[in-house]
Amino acid sequence: MTEYNEEDFLLLSGIQHFAFCRRQWALIHIEQQWQENLRTVEGNILHEKAHDDGFSEKRGDVIISRGMAVFSRTLGVSGVCDIVELHKCADGVNIFGREGLYRPVPIEYKRGKPKENDADILQLCGQAMCLEEMLLCEIKEAYMFYGETKRRLKITLDDALRERVRDVIQEMHELFERKYTPKVKPSKSCKACSLADICMPRLCKNTSVSKYIRDSLKEAE
Amino acid sequence: MRKLLNTVYITSPDSYLSLDGENLVIQKGSTEAARLPLHNLESIIAFGYTGASPALMGACAKRNIALSFMSQSGKFLSRVVGEVRGNVTLRKAQYRLSDNMEESTKIARNFIFGKIYNGRWVIERATRDYSERLDAIKLKKVSEGLAKALNLVLNSRNLDELRGFEGESATQYFSVFDDLILQQKDKFFFHGRNKRPPLDNVNAMLSFVYTLLAHDTAAALETVGLDPYVGFMHRDRPGRISLALDLMEELRNVYADRFVISLINKRVVNFSGFMQKEDGAVIMDDDTRRTILQAWQNRKQEKITHPFLQEKLEWGLVPYAQAMLLARFIRGDLDEYPPFLWK
Repeated sequence: MTEYNEEDFLLLSGIQHFAFCRRQWALIHIEQQWQENLRTVEGNILHEKAHDDGFSEKRGDVIISRGMAVFSRTLGVSGVCDIVELHKCADGVNIFGREGLYRPVPIEYKRGKPKENDADILQLCGQAMCLEEMLLCEIKEAYMFYGETKRRLKITLDDALRERVRDVIQEMHELFERKYTPKVKPSKSCKACSLADICMPRLCKNTSVSKYIRDSLKEAE
Repeated sequence: MRKLLNTVYITSPDSYLSLDGENLVIQKGSTEAARLPLHNLESIIAFGYTGASPALMGACAKRNIALSFMSQSGKFLSRVVGEVRGNVTLRKAQYRLSDNMEESTKIARNFIFGKIYNGRWVIERATRDYSERLDAIKLKKVSEGLAKALNLVLNSRNLDELRGFEGESATQYFSVFDDLILQQKDKFFFHGRNKRPPLDNVNAMLSFVYTLLAHDTAAALETVGLDPYVGFMHRDRPGRISLALDLMEELRNVYADRFVISLINKRVVNFSGFMQKEDGAVIMDDDTRRTILQAWQNRKQEKITHPFLQEKLEWGLVPYAQAMLLARFIRGDLDEYPPFLWK
């Protein structure tokens, strides 16, 4: 199995950008462009609360770990889990610095409500796959917490989902290797995109500059 | 398109700029003259030997607010530039293109195509608007000459050839520039371009407004992650914002020249605001400079439809839109760089 070097790791959080729009991902992660808007700022505030760097607490048989940094050498990604709950149970795994066996359950916080696409779920599954590799265990389920509904949503991490995560990350690595920003079909989701000003979605509609210039020339003659 | 934020022009040389929390504070002596929140600003331009605190410079660099210092007469002195922003792939692609003469020529062709196209439009437009007052035959001839040059420009094979066509077109264009001045003709005339120093009122105004435009263009390039110092037509010269000068070419006549002419024709400026030194160098007084800055600020707010993007935006965002389009061309989204072809 191929393994990635640490310096070639991509950000786990990029999965969500990538699933939303490959071009948006490339603008942020290859071209390093970012623009804050209301949505991203609200997201940051919510995450600040969830992360609270490295803070862990114990509630009964559950350890709640915030801001856990995770990575996977086989996927070549790294990132931070909002929350990982460690449930004490007989068929769990050893955890650093704790006695007993625990079962890890990642929980990802999102500002809004469940989305039509599965961007959030792919990212969550990616986190779980990192944890599996780091803790040598199997994680069967994880949760999404949505700020708007204030509800947890249980996600089953089946083979099909894992396969999709692997495919998406593979494609991300390929684009990153080429430093290529793909064109995409503009859609109505462009309206909600914080990078619309930088992306200029109309440029993806096969706009020909040489025609623009030729037309101007004709009109001048 | 993003929002157009404000530009602050500081014209009194005895003011000091500092930072207080999230605000720009302008002090005059020991009193506070103004206090402006930074998040509404996109640019600060200080004229005269105004001081600014390092804290303010840092805050501007961090927030992408362009902070420039000009001499009292409007000559560019320096700009505060922060940490080089991400987007290293864009910059490397820009450097590669700049090192490649063939590719540089292709991009430079479009800058100059834009410049001549817009120059022709300025003349055509004036002919149409003031047909009774202008020598239409003379202007028509120049317009036809410029139309011919457009073709030559697109077919030029190298930068020297292109510079030749550009020079000839500029001569033609400026040969009728004086005709476009319809008011106060005894005090505002144009017999050719001179700049070091400007020797007449019109050249003094042109130089001043070109400096403002250069500041805006360099800031726009910086914002989109391009290096304003590495150009295609203007080759490298340490300390010169070559790419900003490249990008400015297509905006000079349509944005700056037309602005200067309208200030004269609408009698916004008056000859008494200009002084001539013993050697003939012309200087504007503070009031005139303030008047021009105010009018420039108003012009920036005027809305137009971008000819390529077909999107409504303010004149003040045109340098930004062009910088953006150039960046997107360099990253491979467009087949060529689309110049701003005004209609």
